[in-house]
Amino acid sequence: MSRIGVFVCHCGENIGATVDCARVAEMSSELPGVVHSVDYKYMCSDPGQNLIKEAVKEKGLTGVVVAACSPRMHEPTFRRACAEAGLNPFLCEMANVREHCSWVHEKGEQTTQKAADLVRILVEKVKRNRPLRPIQVPVTKTALVLGGGIAGIQASLDIANAGQKVILVEKDPSIGGHMAQLSETFPTLDCSQCILTPRMVEVAQHPNITLLSYSELESLDGFIGNFKARIRKKARKVDEKLCTGCAVCTQKCPQKKIPSKFNAALGMRTAIFVPFPQAVPNKPVIDVENCRYFKTGKCAICQKLCPAKAIRYEQEDEIIEVDVGAVVCATGFDVKETDFFPEYGYGKYPDVITGLQFERLASASGPTLGEIRRPSDNKIPETIVFLACAGSRDRAKGIDYCSKICCMYTAKHAMLYRHKVHSGKAYVFYMDIRAGGKMYEEFVRRAIEEDGAVYVRGRVSQIYERDGKLIVKGADTLLGGEPIEIKADLVVLATAAVASTGAEELAQKLHISYDSYKFFSEAHPKLRPVETNTAGIFLAGACQAPKDIPESVAQASGAASKVCGLFSKDQLSREPLIAAVNRTAPPLFSTCTGCFLCESVCPYRAIERETISARDGKPIKTVARVNPGLCQGCGTCVSVCRVKAIDLDGFSNNQLYAEVKALA
Amino acid sequence: MRVAYFPGCSLQGSAREFDESLRAVARRIGLDLIEVPDWNCCGASSGHAVDHLLSVALPARILGLAEKTGAQDLLVPCSACYNRLVTARQELREDQTLKAEVCELIEMELRLTVRVRNIVEVLKEAMEGKDFPAIETPFVHKVACYYGCLLVRPHKIVKFDRPEDPQVMDELMQAIGAEPVDWAFKVECCGAGMTLARTELVAKLCGRILDDAEARGAEVMIAACPMCHANLDMRRPDIEALAGRKFAIPIMYITQALGVALGIDASRLGLDRHMVPVVFKRAEQPGADEPRA
Repeated sequence: MSRIGVFVCHCGENIGATVDCARVAEMSSELPGVVHSVDYKYMCSDPGQNLIKEAVKEKGLTGVVVAACSPRMHEPTFRRACAEAGLNPFLCEMANVREHCSWVHEKGEQTTQKAADLVRILVEKVKRNRPLRPIQVPVTKTALVLGGGIAGIQASLDIANAGQKVILVEKDPSIGGHMAQLSETFPTLDCSQCILTPRMVEVAQHPNITLLSYSELESLDGFIGNFKARIRKKARKVDEKLCTGCAVCTQKCPQKKIPSKFNAALGMRTAIFVPFPQAVPNKPVIDVENCRYFKTGKCAICQKLCPAKAIRYEQEDEIIEVDVGAVVCATGFDVKETDFFPEYGYGKYPDVITGLQFERLASASGPTLGEIRRPSDNKIPETIVFLACAGSRDRAKGIDYCSKICCMYTAKHAMLYRHKVHSGKAYVFYMDIRAGGKMYEEFVRRAIEEDGAVYVRGRVSQIYERDGKLIVKGADTLLGGEPIEIKADLVVLATAAVASTGAEELAQKLHISYDSYKFFSEAHPKLRPVETNTAGIFLAGACQAPKDIPESVAQASGAASKVCGLFSKDQLSREPLIAAVNRTAPPLFSTCTGCFLCESVCPYRAIERETISARDGKPIKTVARVNPGLCQGCGTCVSVCRVKAIDLDGFSNNQLYAEVKALA
Repeated sequence: MRVAYFPGCSLQGSAREFDESLRAVARRIGLDLIEVPDWNCCGASSGHAVDHLLSVALPARILGLAEKTGAQDLLVPCSACYNRLVTARQELREDQTLKAEVCELIEMELRLTVRVRNIVEVLKEAMEGKDFPAIETPFVHKVACYYGCLLVRPHKIVKFDRPEDPQVMDELMQAIGAEPVDWAFKVECCGAGMTLARTELVAKLCGRILDDAEARGAEVMIAACPMCHANLDMRRPDIEALAGRKFAIPIMYITQALGVALGIDASRLGLDRHMVPVVFKRAEQPGADEPRA
């Protein structure tokens, strides 16, 4: 005979203001099998949990239904409470009367009735629950870090320094990411490369880190602690082991006019190239699309001149399979293209550039060796106009969100320009200055007050060229809203930071969720900011949302500590909610007829074939068996089984029918 | 192709040559224009500033009458009328209460199935058809295509071309042999409805437009709006007085340029009706002004 306890939570006003919780508790107390039913303001709090624990002990409950929030939120909390009181945690169920009821309906009798219905359904289910035991699985103590920007570098180093193995995968020929492209960093103006390159070298030399540059993730299978990753190591066409990085090939390559991605198309590179002199690894790559040898079959100058004989035109992509226990996704962001702003003339006027391009102009390793010279005629600009929010916070044409980093880097740009060109005039058009952060506001004030950047609050409507000058038409909305025109030599657009190309595809490979902007979603916006909803996969840096360097580094260290926490145990507990094929007494052995429809639909390849033999070894029949290590409990096999030989623990056919019948 | 036609007030008055050239071109390219019977003023530049219901009801009546012609498309050559008709149609489609109110007011049922088209998109579509007649006299001139503000904006409602850097008229001009210049003021406002209230403002705005067109080496400006044309053409003395210099550049309607290219006689295109004579004299071309891109 079931003895069920029902616990109705008000969730403060979240549920209590819409649903009459006391009445729900009262109605539930009359359900057959319910021996205890109460409501309480915060069931997840310590006193709330104690209500459950005490009731379990005193009333000898055989099942618990908590009517509260989504089980995604607090199921572990309440199951733990039950376990502490001696009840098998899988005999505790949650009725979601918040997301499924109070948050989506108006206050009223019908809403209260729906909450009571939801409780009734779960009471019928929990009566049919059976005690389950967690499955123990081993943990592979190697982390896979995707992306070799500052976030990926930091996460890799932290995990490696804690004594665990790391495989770092970077799609470009060198690690370093966007940070390697930057000139100076706010708010201290220390040189980006000077603080980054030592870390890059540390990654390359760390005994616990395997660096796979110029590689991309092909697929990821498995589950927390036990992932299998297939990584495509793209063909460099260079034998990395033989190459000494002498750079003869890059100097002698005749194809010299290819826009350099590292220099944001402001500089040129050769077809065999190292993205930048401080690259890690410092080994070249042949860009097959632009290489004369691959296009015409002639040339091979690099091969002839290479003193180490390291050029390998015949080299093919290689697929590497690795076992890993956790994944840190640190794939970063991209700068939004500006073709949605034709009135700003990006792409039409060479002297209208993006913030990232200005970084390269201001960088000592850039195409102008750090002198601010405009792309069209290499002259030093006398007037530069900076446009903050070129695409950000623009619901009409750009993106809704604030890209967060632009206010700061624009102030930095104006400052760097004024430091380098003392006679130059720097104008900044802005909407608001968002400088929240340690020493950030002070930094912006310094740009305005000490370095004389002229901040104009207003938007720019159009930029056009006339008599060799870029005419910037805008409005000064603080001083009477008067239209103003500035004749500029260079215009810098602080373009929006957007999710990196291929983010959606990667999220699908990893089975992690992403938002409408294709940034990856954290498990909880406040309390689980570095985890994804897929166990064992963590986030670091700007792949989650636009972030500056300190934030990316902090999140990377957070993700690394989560990985180390996971690796601190030899075994992991997994929820036992998996499918099983029934076994019965001889001569039937199982109702499974061996059609193996389940095998063809299982997305996790968890169905195995088992031959049942007689004592003399003669095979009697071949039936399906579920590998408990691989099964994720999706239930697809259950739905296709023609003879109902498979059932899902925790969500059995019996339980689900009972839930539906409870509504009738 | 049968197309309902709403000329609007301007095309019967100050912009007669737009109407004449449009009809002449339509005949030549096989566009069968059915003038909307008993049409009324759309309210254009002033109606929406005075009374919202009126500003929707006036275009609604025209839409209702156009539906009765049985045509799929309604050609509205004036940009101001076009903008009002498209806006009213959208508002009526989105707001059933407003629609009921307006239907009662104009004593008509509205299905709102007829599409409102501007002259540029209708011509562009016709030119892409296989029956389009051959270009007899290529219009070999440097032209500044002037879209004005109402043809492409607000983009959410008119959904025509790129709002800040439209291209369709430029492509059309290229197709008849002209060379469109890359200039900065193709969607700049000419002052439109302020022509009587604040003439000096119109003169200032138009002066900048003409100045840029000439500086880029354009021989003629191509317009698709009678309001723009009136300001840039008729207000030329005011513009010149304010700027303290002369502007020689003539303003032609897109239908006139196309008519010339199709070999239609100048007298049927109303080329003699402009205040600024349509004379092609290559403007001086200071090379430095050419955009470098």
